[in-house]
Amino acid sequence: MSTPRTLLDKVWDAHLVRAETDATPAVLYIDLHLIHEVTSPQAFTELRERGLKLRRPDRMLATLDHSTPTTRADANRQRHYVTAQAEAQVHTLEANCRKFGVELRGWDSNERGIVHVIGPELGATQPGMTIVCGDSHTSTHGAFGALAFGIGTSEVAHVMASQCLLQRKPKSLAVEVRGTFAPGIGAKDLILHVIGIIGINGGTGHVIEYRGDAIRALSMEERMTVCNMSIEAGAKAGLIAPDEVTFAYLHGRSLAPKGEQWDAAVARWKTLHSDADARFDRIVHIDAGDVRPTVSYGTHPGMVVGIDQNVPAANSAQDERALRYMQIESGKSMLGVPVDIVFVGSCTNGRLSDLRAAANVLAGRKVASTVRMLVVPGSVAVQRAAESEGLDEIFRAAGAEWREPGCSMCIAMNGDLVAPGQLAVSTSNRNFEGRQGPGARTVLASPQTAAASAIAGHIADPRDYLSAGAAA
Amino acid sequence: MKPLRQLRSRTIVLPFENIDTDRIIPARFLTTTERSGLGKFAFQDWRYRADGSPDPAFVLNQPRARGAEILVAGRNFGCGSSREHAPWALLDCGIRAVLSSEIADIFRGNALKNGLLAIVLSESEHRYLLDHPGIELAIDLVAGHIELPDGGRFTFAMDAFARHCLIEGVDQLGFLLRCEDDIARFEARAA
Ligand code: SF4
Repeated sequence: MSTPRTLLDKVWDAHLVRAETDATPAVLYIDLHLIHEVTSPQAFTELRERGLKLRRPDRMLATLDHSTPTTRADANRQRHYVTAQAEAQVHTLEANCRKFGVELRGWDSNERGIVHVIGPELGATQPGMTIVCGDSHTSTHGAFGALAFGIGTSEVAHVMASQCLLQRKPKSLAVEVRGTFAPGIGAKDLILHVIGIIGINGGTGHVIEYRGDAIRALSMEERMTVCNMSIEAGAKAGLIAPDEVTFAYLHGRSLAPKGEQWDAAVARWKTLHSDADARFDRIVHIDAGDVRPTVSYGTHPGMVVGIDQNVPAANSAQDERALRYMQIESGKSMLGVPVDIVFVGSCTNGRLSDLRAAANVLAGRKVASTVRMLVVPGSVAVQRAAESEGLDEIFRAAGAEWREPGCSMCIAMNGDLVAPGQLAVSTSNRNFEGRQGPGARTVLASPQTAAASAIAGHIADPRDYLSAGAAA
Repeated sequence: MKPLRQLRSRTIVLPFENIDTDRIIPARFLTTTERSGLGKFAFQDWRYRADGSPDPAFVLNQPRARGAEILVAGRNFGCGSSREHAPWALLDCGIRAVLSSEIADIFRGNALKNGLLAIVLSESEHRYLLDHPGIELAIDLVAGHIELPDGGRFTFAMDAFARHCLIEGVDQLGFLLRCEDDIARFEARAA
């Protein structure tokens, strides 16, 4: 009898070009390599300097997302970049893709968008794959049962030239989520809650497999939100075993297998789960019923609190510094803290269901006059789908800005930024000091909480809005 | 990459925990297409005040930081993004080693690939270094230990392959390219 294996074991074993030894890491084959303008130029330069080619351009997916403006091109089809350097970076990727023969989902493509939004959307992301990108939120793709992780630019060059990476096998951490979520609680609340429990270094050296009936009950988009923030717990990757929900999501997508190949793929994908007695290095249990609308109050994603609970007392100089920076007092809840900016978007919460959740709260209401609200779809496809449902109208009518797709205020590289001292309620994934601009104060939240706070002008409980507004 | 066996320098101490990659190099400096020249932006939002003048309270701006190549940082250094710009920026401003009780995975991998030593020490050894800023350390990569001014030693572990690459100046991409036969066989099997 073979030993029971985890999902991580199965995907890992299937990609070993060479097994690891004490002296050398494993040589791991990479099925899909995602690239964008920020972390690829130096890798292309290295290839050029060494006279190397891309080994498998057919296994690459390239897009523009980080440095791209989210304002529309003007009448002369000019795009207004934040700096000449940002524009040059975008042109560099365009030129590199032309020269090296990579298909680019660029400005003229209906398939452009945040790299972690378009991979799944196109069906490029599939169960059992190894997927990498020079971007830490590559963990998103783990929602499909793919081993997906962020790499540095040196490794981007490794994959470009060899389609492989030198890797030591990570440990496994099972996060078992059981029970049912209360109404108005989303995947974002769950993952913030989980990071609060295990800590921002709780996953270091591990791949997290999210399991249990509460995970099975999540949609694909919600699963992506959960896996997306695995890196915020320090984990190498997040994983969720594929099931009927996964297959239904992928069926018919342009890069997903078709016909007989589809049937064969599904048969293979059905074997991708941790065996019943597989051993994990660690297990954490979470009760879904304990999850409340959750927000961050400090300067890292582990400093979180239920929206109606009190901010804990600082117990280190570090915590004190964080509270001072955030201008948040311990012993009080986050409800009522004045808000300047609300950002709905990013690879965490910039998909259609996220925009629907925000629109649901906003419909028939107005963004407070003191608040600027930006809604930035995760991709052109999300943008079009939202427009065809009239979500853009709801946002505009409420007084929010409806922008062109991209990373935008999540990383604030493209000119969409929070001014010093301003407080932003953001559906993105990082609340580090200065992440959304120098001096910016970021409160991470779900799309529902973000929308409710936009209306109230201060941090607000989305449940108050859902109960009153859900009838429509 | 040049072989790296020994490193001797005074330390600079940044005692904060969870120093993330946005702290090390803010995203607004990532629009570069080069590896070099990022040192002047390292720790930008700590180093400069709102009016653009250097903040004298920040350790890297102080005379004692001059020429120091070993950074001792609080727990969980380098968490956050995968940007290799973080080790590039540190190297560009003269840092050749980062010592902590915990270093985030992606940052550590990126650092070692660029010849920036990322060394994890025990809590007590880490505490000692945090409490004694500016002491001179001799890091011996071959022996796997750090020598203190009083003759004491901290031993440290490092992945055997990463260490070998640093000591011998092995180019990891070159290593991978020499696996070509195995890679081709793997692809033929998987097709
Ligand atoms: S949306 Fe934010 S986290 Fe996601 S890829 Fe873009 S910058 Fe990174």
